[in-house]
Amino acid sequence: MKRIAISLFAVASLLAAAAFAQENVSTLRPITPLAENGPAAPMPKVVNTDIRQVRNYPEQPPLIPHKIDNYQVDKNSNKCLTCHSRAAIGESQAPMVSITHFMNRDNQFLASVTPRRYFCNQCHVVQTDAKPLVENDFVDVDTVLEYVKSKEEAN
Amino acid sequence: MSGINRRDVIKAQAVAAAAAAAGMSVPAQAQNLITEADLTDLKWSKAPCRFCGTGCSIMVATKAGRVVATHGDAEAEVNRGLNCVKGYFLSKIMYGQDRLTTPLLRKKDGKYDKDGDFTPVSWDEALDIMAEKWKATLKDKGPKAIGMFGSGQWTVWEGYAASKLMKAGFRSNNIDPNARHCMASAVVGFIRAFGIDEPMGCYDDFENADAFVLWGANMSEMHPILWTRVTDRRLSHPHVKVAVLSTFEHRSFDLADIPAVFTPQSDLIIANYIANHIIQSGAVNEDFVKKHVNLRKGVQDIGYGLRPDHPLEQAAANSGDGGSEPMTFEEFAEFVKPYTLEFASVESGVPAEQLEKIAQLYADPDTKVMTLWTMGVNQHTRGVWMNNLIYNLHLLTGKIAQPGNSPFSLTGQPSACGTAREVGTFAHRLPADLLVANPEHRAFAEKIWKLPEGTVPEWIGAHAVLQNRKLKDGEINCYWVQVNNNMQAAPNMMEEGLPGYRNPENFIVVSDAYPTVTAEAADLILPTAMWVEKEGAYGNAERRTQFWHQLVDAPEGAKSDLWQLVEFSKRFTTEEAWPAEILDANPEYKGKTLYDVLFANGQVDAFPNSELDQNYANDEAEDFGFYIQKGLFEEYAEFGRGHGHDLADFDTYHKVRGLRWPVVDGIETRWRYNGEYDPYVTDGAEFEFYGKPDGKAIAFALPYEPPAESPDGEYPFWLTTGRVLEHWHSGSMTQRVPELYRAVPDALCYIHPDDAEALGVRRGSEIKVVSRRGEIITRVETRGRNKPPRGLIFVPWFDARQLINKVTLDATDPLSKQTDFKNCAVRIEAV
Repeated sequence: MKRIAISLFAVASLLAAAAFAQENVSTLRPITPLAENGPAAPMPKVVNTDIRQVRNYPEQPPLIPHKIDNYQVDKNSNKCLTCHSRAAIGESQAPMVSITHFMNRDNQFLASVTPRRYFCNQCHVVQTDAKPLVENDFVDVDTVLEYVKSKEEAN
Repeated sequence: MSGINRRDVIKAQAVAAAAAAAGMSVPAQAQNLITEADLTDLKWSKAPCRFCGTGCSIMVATKAGRVVATHGDAEAEVNRGLNCVKGYFLSKIMYGQDRLTTPLLRKKDGKYDKDGDFTPVSWDEALDIMAEKWKATLKDKGPKAIGMFGSGQWTVWEGYAASKLMKAGFRSNNIDPNARHCMASAVVGFIRAFGIDEPMGCYDDFENADAFVLWGANMSEMHPILWTRVTDRRLSHPHVKVAVLSTFEHRSFDLADIPAVFTPQSDLIIANYIANHIIQSGAVNEDFVKKHVNLRKGVQDIGYGLRPDHPLEQAAANSGDGGSEPMTFEEFAEFVKPYTLEFASVESGVPAEQLEKIAQLYADPDTKVMTLWTMGVNQHTRGVWMNNLIYNLHLLTGKIAQPGNSPFSLTGQPSACGTAREVGTFAHRLPADLLVANPEHRAFAEKIWKLPEGTVPEWIGAHAVLQNRKLKDGEINCYWVQVNNNMQAAPNMMEEGLPGYRNPENFIVVSDAYPTVTAEAADLILPTAMWVEKEGAYGNAERRTQFWHQLVDAPEGAKSDLWQLVEFSKRFTTEEAWPAEILDANPEYKGKTLYDVLFANGQVDAFPNSELDQNYANDEAEDFGFYIQKGLFEEYAEFGRGHGHDLADFDTYHKVRGLRWPVVDGIETRWRYNGEYDPYVTDGAEFEFYGKPDGKAIAFALPYEPPAESPDGEYPFWLTTGRVLEHWHSGSMTQRVPELYRAVPDALCYIHPDDAEALGVRRGSEIKVVSRRGEIITRVETRGRNKPPRGLIFVPWFDARQLINKVTLDATDPLSKQTDFKNCAVRIEAV
């Protein structure tokens, strides 16, 4: 009973948005006291919709909107390029790897994808259906621009 | 074309359907594009990445006081425009919704109470109660009862200010960085072999090597941008070979020509076998060894860094002894002779053919070898020995300090080198490799600091693991943790860390940007400015010092570590911190605050705010009234200039993409100890290891000794812990970026499918991982990026909901005091 009471308290305090008079402040460990162990979250599923997500900014590497289970990407072969290479996209209709991926360390374009960009998932990752534990208040540049514009118009 | 059958061609219709399903509206007409230059113009500034020790340079775009974009800096040598997935999401790390903006103190009935609830208080109240606790403890028990734990994420001047405040202000050497968990074995290895810390080579070695040998390093995930340089070299130049040695198969094996999965601790045997192979096959570079190498035999049976009453320490003949004695080359050859190919293969489980191929990379005089290692070598009860055994291979063959021939110790934190090591925030160190135990070094520090003789104490302070033990034992009572998450990071949390923090005798302060589990275990939480919310400097793994400006303001209420340290110093008079004999002998220091004597000393406050770059804010300079970062840096740089650690002047670093020290006459040094590149080498000498009095490096004869804990009938599995690509360290920043969280939300237990089957569990099953010390609940993963051999599991430590360090053992390397997070024994139970 005691444990349940503690958990309820923790949930209640979490709901009270700001950290105020509370015991359990760690948002990434929202309920279970440090000395105890809560159940493990269910294994989330990889989002496999093929729907591209809006990038937070143009320089962000696009997220992978599909499963990549058992994709071979090693020194012998690169499964990703069977759809995303320049030559493949006519058939696959997948996005072509960015032109930056043809540039070597000296910013010269090579005949094919540069080896320094060879391991795709150093930058591109799948998304699971897990719900983030903490929201993020990053503001998209368009919103910032609208804000700047509205300020200027107000003046 | 085959291979695209998995996905159908997506038609416009499908897009519309999908978009509707996702709740988005499809734009009916073209959007209006904002094109006015003054609106769309972004302010781009450079900053080093906040995460690992690679030290990528980032371009940060700001607009209206917000970071709106980041990308890899095309002008930076380190990364030439690239970032890893974490680096690409740096824009979002400061914007987690739960940023701390007010100090929180545990209170009951309006008063501080160890068992109270966290309650918002003002900065004044927070620093006042801290000062009250510190003063009472200093008075009752003296400086040994206060302690501080920082990290390799402190900026250079924050680490310097913290070290100065602790060692000279409070006269306590109980200050250590979490770099102790990460780099300490590398440091001791360097000092033992070369007399100076940090690599002789640099990242330019990547483009010059013919072979790469990874020992206990998963660079593909932990140093992704350096891995792009290895990949580039390997795939562009087919003669290049990559060998990967590890206790389990991981992503770096995808590039391996020579994969080798070895039994834990048998790396000591493999390294000695390779040395033996080099000697037996006549591949010793005799001229180099004769001119530049001394051989010594190290003391053996040195224990496991456990508490002194632990049976393993009691049984050790030479617990903690790092001594050695000279030996001849013939004696050295005799020492490694039992480490034959057959013996190494049997003990390590690696096929003889693979071992011989690796040995041959070192033995072949025409193959330039870069050896790379991190936590697999350093987080090891014989981590210092392993560092030394790797140097042996490079010293015997003369493959060192030349482009492409490079034993290269990688680091895990952005300023593990720049701050923890170079500034010397360790319990035994002062800046520029100086030692608190050395009276001349203390006198040198006191002279630079303009402080009375005897201010800096001679005793070696408590290291990371010992600090937790002393908290538990009630010997350290006031404790301040800045810029790290040590409740999650330190070993044996249930027996040492948590009881230590919650010991009723102790007052624990944690400064962080976010409410971590360490903050939850504290009594006072201080909300902290992070990364580009302040002006900073980091030093990366190749000795490159990099600066950045304050690019945005911290959230209202959050203050930088530097501000906190300096503001705290104002609350103490010298009479409250120093003994009467020092003040009586130096009466001019009487009646002053620690702020006066440490920071307003005519040096730290020597640069007026008129020298600030008017394009950037600087909250600390504004608050204190002088360019404090510049003053701290220039005073600090005095330690190393002319002593092999030369740094350029402050302003230069704001202009360049970093410089590799020693920077002499404005020129950085790429290969130390090499006469062609290093101005410190005597004119005419080809090589000179000038950190040692006779200019010779040391190769050490060191044997195999068993690990502190091995699997047995009751705990039949090896547990090894580590990181994942998507999260940095404890995840306190990256778990708050939704894209990174959703990529890898939870820790999992990677296990061999046959082991899972034998346990009656399968992928996704909920299990307990149990050791003699604690347990966690997690889930089974039999696929994916890590493929352990039978009998070994891997669990990453980023997940605050699954604190794997409840399970780990606080055995350390007895010489470096670095924890072995890679080898302990566990059992697995289905839940």
